[in-house]
Amino acid sequence: MSIRERLSGNEAAATAMKQINPDVVAAFPITPSTEIPQYFSTFVANGNVDTEFVAVESEHSAMSACIGAEAAGARAMTATSANGLSLMWEMIYIASSLRLPIVLSLVNRAVSGPLNIHCDHSDAMGVRDSGWIMLFSENNQEAYDNLLMAHRIAENENVLLPLMVCQDGFITSHSIENIELEEDDKVKKFVGEYHPNHYLLNDKEPMAIGPLDLQAYLFEHKAQQANAMKAAKDVILQVSKDFESWTGRHYGLFEEYMLDDCDFAIVCMNSTAGTAKAVVNDLRAKGIKAGLLKIRVYRPFPAEEVAEALSNLKAVAVLDRADSLNGMGGALFEDVVSSMYVAGKQVPIVNYVYGIGGRDTTCNDIESVYNDLSEIAQSGKVDNPYRYLGLRKGDM
Amino acid sequence: MSDLIEIRWHGRGGQGAKTASLLLADAAFNTGKYIQGFPEYGPERMGAPITAYNRISSDPITVHSNIYEPDYVVVVDDTLLESVNVTSGLKPSGAIVINTTKSADYLKSVLNDYSGDIYTIDARKISMEALGRYFPNTPMLAAIVKVSHIMSDEDFLNDMKDSFKHKFAKKPEVIDGNMKAIEMALNEVKKI
Repeated sequence: MSIRERLSGNEAAATAMKQINPDVVAAFPITPSTEIPQYFSTFVANGNVDTEFVAVESEHSAMSACIGAEAAGARAMTATSANGLSLMWEMIYIASSLRLPIVLSLVNRAVSGPLNIHCDHSDAMGVRDSGWIMLFSENNQEAYDNLLMAHRIAENENVLLPLMVCQDGFITSHSIENIELEEDDKVKKFVGEYHPNHYLLNDKEPMAIGPLDLQAYLFEHKAQQANAMKAAKDVILQVSKDFESWTGRHYGLFEEYMLDDCDFAIVCMNSTAGTAKAVVNDLRAKGIKAGLLKIRVYRPFPAEEVAEALSNLKAVAVLDRADSLNGMGGALFEDVVSSMYVAGKQVPIVNYVYGIGGRDTTCNDIESVYNDLSEIAQSGKVDNPYRYLGLRKGDM
Repeated sequence: MSDLIEIRWHGRGGQGAKTASLLLADAAFNTGKYIQGFPEYGPERMGAPITAYNRISSDPITVHSNIYEPDYVVVVDDTLLESVNVTSGLKPSGAIVINTTKSADYLKSVLNDYSGDIYTIDARKISMEALGRYFPNTPMLAAIVKVSHIMSDEDFLNDMKDSFKHKFAKKPEVIDGNMKAIEMALNEVKKI
């Protein structure tokens, strides 16, 4: 039986970590993810978990400690945000290239500068090509559920890649909302024990980790990482299916909300998808066929599936909560456009950069996008594909 | 979303407006509702104006934005009335609840002739009498429950008693004072 509770997103993430009871947690506090290691260290102090908690002196050390622990054969977790992830940068790549299935709870926040503690996805987008599996979460429930599934995905022998579960800083991390929790023993059973095939503390199989890897091998190793990332898609679907038969909660690579019969749709990630659902409901009540595609699995990017799901639409808007500052649009937009082009699907697509630095995104904002889409669907033309949503125009 | 209630709290850092919004979310959750309770984080320091929000509904809530057209507004500190537009977007069908001893004429003038109901309560007096210290959030929580009819007084009192037992497990001597503050507030909040 699920347990009806009310928790913030950070409490939900910490609760998942408590139930997973990893061997090692190494973390350094940073807003807005600070509460996760804070709550977790309380669980350690109270004896709720038998995790080795390493209170490191920086995020670089947090990821380094996770790498050491995971390489030794342990299950390791951490949490961070924004500049904390920036400071991990060097070790983020090392974790994935060593094929260490570390799980990180990323509470999305704008990367400095100037200094801002609020939500956008610039931290996650900075590591989108680092070889980590990236799952996005609309609310506290999805942050919790994604963490419960994380180890089964990351530790699969066809995958062996680190995984981060993203949720929106403050917007969900600090909002108390209803949640369905699962029972401790059931979580333990679902997550299972971690028995790596190869690990440093195995005295029967001495090995070197992270040696020099020059022209003769690095290319092949990178191709192996890429193959593992491709393989992750099926593993994610299988684990999600098992999760659904246990909890009844369905997860795919993305969520299609009123998508199959719609004229036009928004593609977005995390909490804004919830706001968009409310707008879709209102528009549907008025007879307007609006839809939503919420990306859950951002890496690996479900290119074929996204292209297929959007192929019959008259117009699509991709919302990016991070600006790539590249003169052509945000990262999610580029991914969706590439997916459509390669699949030979011709649908007018427009990009909106929104919510930067915690700028609030309201139902009215989302409705204005659907209004634009309605015009694009009629004209079939996109005059300016790289737009802003919620930008104060007078200051430009 | 037929019975969705949206509430906005205005207070100053340190007065417990955020805590009150979370306690209200808790209390409504315990009556079976779907809830959101979240603060708008700004510069966090004692005395700075802060805003917190609640959504309460019988149906799941998916919207994740601040609240611009609340059904109810709670003002924990009346010195905010002249510096913050507390009635901004407040529905005329709703109400505002203010912790104040100021006159009705003064309140109407600083509230830009807000046409909905205006309720006042002297949370300072209640808090000093019941707790011996100034914690306005407990009486204000009771006042908004009374005004908004989110739940019955009886359900609310029972829920708060349980919640205080848990929250103040290590200092049970403050439970009675807090319960007294709530009972007084339920009786003393009045429409002007």
